[in-house]
Amino acid sequence: MYQSHVTVTLRKSILDPQGKAVEQAVHSLGFEVVHGLRIGKHVEFSVDSASQEEAERVTEQVCRKLLANPVMEDYSFQVTKVEVRR
Amino acid sequence: MSKTKFGVVVFPGSNCDHDAFAAASRVMEQEARYIWHKEGSLGDVDVVILPGGFSYGDYLRTGAIARFSPVMKEVVRFAKKGGTVIGICNGFQILLEAGLLPGAMLRNGNLKFVCRHVFLRVENAETRFTSECSAGDVLKIPVAHGEGNYIADEATVESLKERDQILFRYCSSSGVVDAESNPNGSMENIAGIMNSEGNVMGMMPHPERAMESELGSADGRKVFQSVIGSLVLT
Repeated sequence: MYQSHVTVTLRKSILDPQGKAVEQAVHSLGFEVVHGLRIGKHVEFSVDSASQEEAERVTEQVCRKLLANPVMEDYSFQVTKVEVRR
Repeated sequence: MSKTKFGVVVFPGSNCDHDAFAAASRVMEQEARYIWHKEGSLGDVDVVILPGGFSYGDYLRTGAIARFSPVMKEVVRFAKKGGTVIGICNGFQILLEAGLLPGAMLRNGNLKFVCRHVFLRVENAETRFTSECSAGDVLKIPVAHGEGNYIADEATVESLKERDQILFRYCSSSGVVDAESNPNGSMENIAGIMNSEGNVMGMMPHPERAMESELGSADGRKVFQSVIGSLVLT
């Protein structure tokens, strides 16, 4: 079995007002060294699949068809093999 | 004269379905029926309305889950055959996610839910949704949304402009389209667009909530009148 971890973020070209507001709060905390804060979504799921390639292909399609809207969002993911206990 | 048959789709979380139904039936005196989102057929309808609300709790993205509701296959088929489809607010967001209209919706620029009357300038009055208006008319219609910040890539926006697919822009009470009258940060002050074939329209403001002057405005009637009138002609 495989475990997918997907990250969806607004595309770099798109202003993220939520991220900006949080960044200002981080600055108020005194961490003025922090920049470029962006907020996204984390999605995780497991995939029943015989191979890494197959699990990645499934994850890619799930991202493209549903989890991210390509008009405004980018996605990235990591797929790792997990041992199933019998 | 036969009555126009409106079908109002009801998704879990729709909350303007009754307003749309009342606007079509009680105010405009046409026929209306609800279509539950699990229905596999639209039945005999002339116009499909995807109403406002928070379908599926706006999970993932507004409209992202609703577009997989069984009835949406039929809505897409109806639209591809040239049927008249109106998406209001969340309905507009669903049409975007379903790919029946181009673009997407971001959170409002100021991150606030905006709920008030706004003014819209009619940009194209030669459509089945605006034929009762004149280009340049200013309509007073309420908005109520948190994600109405329309975005599309430049090529898409250019083609919307070239083909006169932008039907409504946010404007001042005197019809000036400027940043101040833009309630959500939408590109080009876009409040409503249609597809290139001219049979599918999405708008963030709620015409169904502007049906009686006693309640603030009756300008929403013009959208309904236009649609009813265009169907009589065809």
